[in-house]
Amino acid sequence: MISFRLDGRSVVPPYLQIVQQVRQALRMGVLDVGDKLPTVREVVAATAVNPNTVLKAYRDLERDGLVEPRAGHGTFVVGRPSGPPPGTHSRLARSLAQWVRGAREAGLDDESIESLLRITLQAAADEEETA
Amino acid sequence: MASSNPAVIQTCGLSKRYRKVTALSEATLTVPQGRISALIGPNGAGKTTLLRLLAGLARPTGGEVAVLGGAPRQDPAFLAEIGFVAQEIPLYRRLSAEDHIGVGAHLNPRWDAASVRQRLKGLNIPLDQTVGTLSGGQRAQVALSLTLAKRPRLLLLDEPVAALDPLARRQFLAHLAEAVAGGGLTVVLSSHLLADLERVCDHLILLAASRVQLCGDIDTVLAEHQVLVGPRKDTTAIEKAHTLVQATHTARQSTLLIRVGGPVVDPAWEAADVGLEELVLGYMGQHAGPAFSHLTSVGEDQ
Repeated sequence: MISFRLDGRSVVPPYLQIVQQVRQALRMGVLDVGDKLPTVREVVAATAVNPNTVLKAYRDLERDGLVEPRAGHGTFVVGRPSGPPPGTHSRLARSLAQWVRGAREAGLDDESIESLLRITLQAAADEEETA
Repeated sequence: MASSNPAVIQTCGLSKRYRKVTALSEATLTVPQGRISALIGPNGAGKTTLLRLLAGLARPTGGEVAVLGGAPRQDPAFLAEIGFVAQEIPLYRRLSAEDHIGVGAHLNPRWDAASVRQRLKGLNIPLDQTVGTLSGGQRAQVALSLTLAKRPRLLLLDEPVAALDPLARRQFLAHLAEAVAGGGLTVVLSSHLLADLERVCDHLILLAASRVQLCGDIDTVLAEHQVLVGPRKDTTAIEKAHTLVQATHTARQSTLLIRVGGPVVDPAWEAADVGLEELVLGYMGQHAGPAFSHLTSVGEDQ
């Protein structure tokens, strides 16, 4: 079972935060096919978010074929988001964490790291386009 | 989703005058079933008056109001369906929570005493201690638990969290949202704390100057508005196609909050989505008069 953290200051609307956190948990292997999501009531009691927000998020996930409601039992994971197998993300996350440590030691702050990442992503995209 | 839900609250031209003062003017609004509606507006805008009219504690001087399909009235059948928690939390300070549970059982046909005990125990609130010795947050939780024990279909809350610390507020609103998740309950909640409201509410009633400025599902209302930023220029063209809610100008730049009437075609304007706080402040500022206008034109450099 996973729990959700909802950031009221984020520009991402709360329902989308829930969707993204479920997808992320699936990619990281924290959630797998057959697992149960927290009930709407449980999410609401833990986060004080509107019940319709959770319903909307679960419907989105259902439409994408990732979860399925079973009457009287709750909502269950039935699929994985497309992409690399679970474990890939956590492996990459570990090497990225190591890189971040190196960048900090070299004196880069978060803003510089973020802008470096953006530039690198853009450069990679440009490269793919010309290839 | 639930837009086809039956309306729990429906008013048309609802007005309330006290002698020479108009507290609420021509209020027309709808709250569908299952919503948690945020009742927002500056002090004196008519929020408490509206809640009292809906609860049957005041009589309208004009217009119509239907709550759960009938006119609000002081009779047991109607009151059994309504939970109302006034601003000054209505508890007997010398009685304990357990005493209140006993009183409630006498007064209410469907009374779920077990739910109150279970909830208050879960929050570590003593049942046997007089309510006057509890903290503000604990008293608010006792009042909410008691009100929910009636199993009301409509809950009206007048600034229930204003005096609570952030943790108590979060717990109170989580309790409220959980009750709504259980089904069959609609809530109208007045507050000034927009961050809390944005999280827990999915519907909005915005009052200013005794009038309803906005009423609808928050997602829909936000989607109907945009902020335009551009070089300072005349707004006549914009006002032809859209409703101008608020305009702020500096010597070089204009910022417009509009209710969108169609696509914005003039490329001089950069359009952005609007957040709840920005929207509410825009509508409030529109009615605040000159005393407020200096706050919205701090960039003025002429």
